[in-house]
Amino acid sequence: MTKLANSELDTALYHKPESLEGYPFHFCPGCGHGIVFRLIAEVVDELKIKERAVCVACVGCSVNSYHYFNFDGLESAHGRAPAVATAIKRCHPHLVPFTYQGDGDLAAIGTAEIVHACARGENITTIFVNNAVYGMTGGQMAPTTLVGMYSTSTPDGRKPSLAGYPIRVCEMLSPLDGTAYIARVSVHKPAAVRKTKQAIKLAFRTQLANLGMSLVEVLSPCPTNWRVEPVKALEWLVEHMLPQYPLGEYKVIEAVEALKKEAGSA
Amino acid sequence: MAGNIAIAEGAILAGCQAYFGYPITPQNEILEHMSKRMPEEGRVFVQTESELAAINMVYGAAAAGCRAMTSTSGPGFSLEQEGISYMSGAELPGVIVNVMRGGPGLGNIGGAQGDYFQSTKGGGHGDYRVINLAPASAQEMMDLTMLAFELADKYRNPVVMLADGFLGQAMESVVMREPVMKFPSKPWAITGASGRPKNIINSFAMDPIDYRPRVELLLRKFDEIRRNEVRYEGINLDDASLVIVAYGSASRSVLTAVKMARQEGLRVGLFRPITLFPFPYEALSNLAQRVDDFLVAELSIGQLIEDVKLAVGLNKRVELVHQYGGVPLFADEILEAIEKMIKQPIGR
Repeated sequence: MTKLANSELDTALYHKPESLEGYPFHFCPGCGHGIVFRLIAEVVDELKIKERAVCVACVGCSVNSYHYFNFDGLESAHGRAPAVATAIKRCHPHLVPFTYQGDGDLAAIGTAEIVHACARGENITTIFVNNAVYGMTGGQMAPTTLVGMYSTSTPDGRKPSLAGYPIRVCEMLSPLDGTAYIARVSVHKPAAVRKTKQAIKLAFRTQLANLGMSLVEVLSPCPTNWRVEPVKALEWLVEHMLPQYPLGEYKVIEAVEALKKEAGSA
Repeated sequence: MAGNIAIAEGAILAGCQAYFGYPITPQNEILEHMSKRMPEEGRVFVQTESELAAINMVYGAAAAGCRAMTSTSGPGFSLEQEGISYMSGAELPGVIVNVMRGGPGLGNIGGAQGDYFQSTKGGGHGDYRVINLAPASAQEMMDLTMLAFELADKYRNPVVMLADGFLGQAMESVVMREPVMKFPSKPWAITGASGRPKNIINSFAMDPIDYRPRVELLLRKFDEIRRNEVRYEGINLDDASLVIVAYGSASRSVLTAVKMARQEGLRVGLFRPITLFPFPYEALSNLAQRVDDFLVAELSIGQLIEDVKLAVGLNKRVELVHQYGGVPLFADEILEAIEKMIKQPIGR
């Protein structure tokens, strides 16, 4: 690193994680994906698993996610990432595959794959980014779109009589016996981002300890498709998404609880 | 052993490291056999929640550099088309066994050959082809399964074993083969970026101009497959005035019919494609230089016959003797069709 002129700045306290690539950012301004990528890269660095990590990307805005990481990665068909990650883990148990999936991918077309990966207790990790909308395709209703919320396919707002109700993924999956750690976090403010990192780290540590399926749902803003400015999007998330999708831990088995108590588990 | 078991054991001999499957008749013996044999060999077995999951696990295992297989029948094969397209697009090897049954729809569990188009012409989305191997005996169920793994690795493309319910259930003696011990190295595989730059496996480029070279590469590969991998068998063709074209279990009935016809002094022979893609167009076309009459025997409403017509040309007589809906085609039905064609020549 270049030595800075001001000696007070000699010590770098914050730098780009080794596991993060310098790939041109393709997300919209105010999008939450970039924050989540960075957190994953920091966790991979801190756990020293860059040589074992595998990013299983899905279809949607996160389709390119393997380009952002400086470790192995691959594409999967829409919704099928948990099946792909299952096979990778079963074939090479020393690898640390994680799926990176959006809400359309995981909670609509991929419901069977995520439910059964959880039911089998696959020793993989899922990072599930919920922005309540199909982003890549231009803002249609997602399974997580809120009641009354505008989308390009619910022009008068989501009406339960026509389009049913949003799915709460953490609440749906946590009763399954194969799950070890399930938490819902958010990236709407710095304190929440720090908690998100803790949850992601614990999820990876759950996998490293062979404890079963770990999943972190991250509530994330989509200003473009919500049609608000980035700062307003954060406010909207707090006002509308948090009541529908309460933050917190939904499943922490005893062995994961023990991991938490271990020293150095930031 | 039953044909289905021969496939399973062939896969094990070929070094299949991971098997994923979902129950569907008439191939359940493969899944059941693998549930016992794969753990015995210290290899991966997962019974999946659907054929969608099965093919995507094959995708994952193949991406991880392992020889992987799934087996199914028509309805499950339909679901797997998406994954097969992704595998071809991402250049991943893998073996998909389709023990065909009566269709369309739920159909029934009798043997049939109605998935010929779906299997040989694509089936999934986009520009891709898959190698199709068509066994006609329990021995070939084993041997071609082993070949399927070899070709899949050689071309980094999925290979389909297109069998049918009659072959899957039939018991025949099988000579066991030696296990494969040498495997190609796969430096492209997802094995962890340790001591090398990271590997990415995908079939995606946002800009069409960036994706075109990938499709071009596939196109060249499919041409190479067409040049190198055509396989077929000819029986009694040298003096034949009528050639019967058939594959899989239909070709077994034809063999009997040819023997019966020869006893009557009728000069008939069997042309049996073993690879359905690449299809032996050239060999059939060469036959058509001296043979005018072709009879296609198949267990469908008429799918193979389109490729036969393409190969022999429009000025040849190409007729169809067939069964469908899961009903077997018997030798005497074929003999009847042979006699009819020979006794009622059309003027030309």
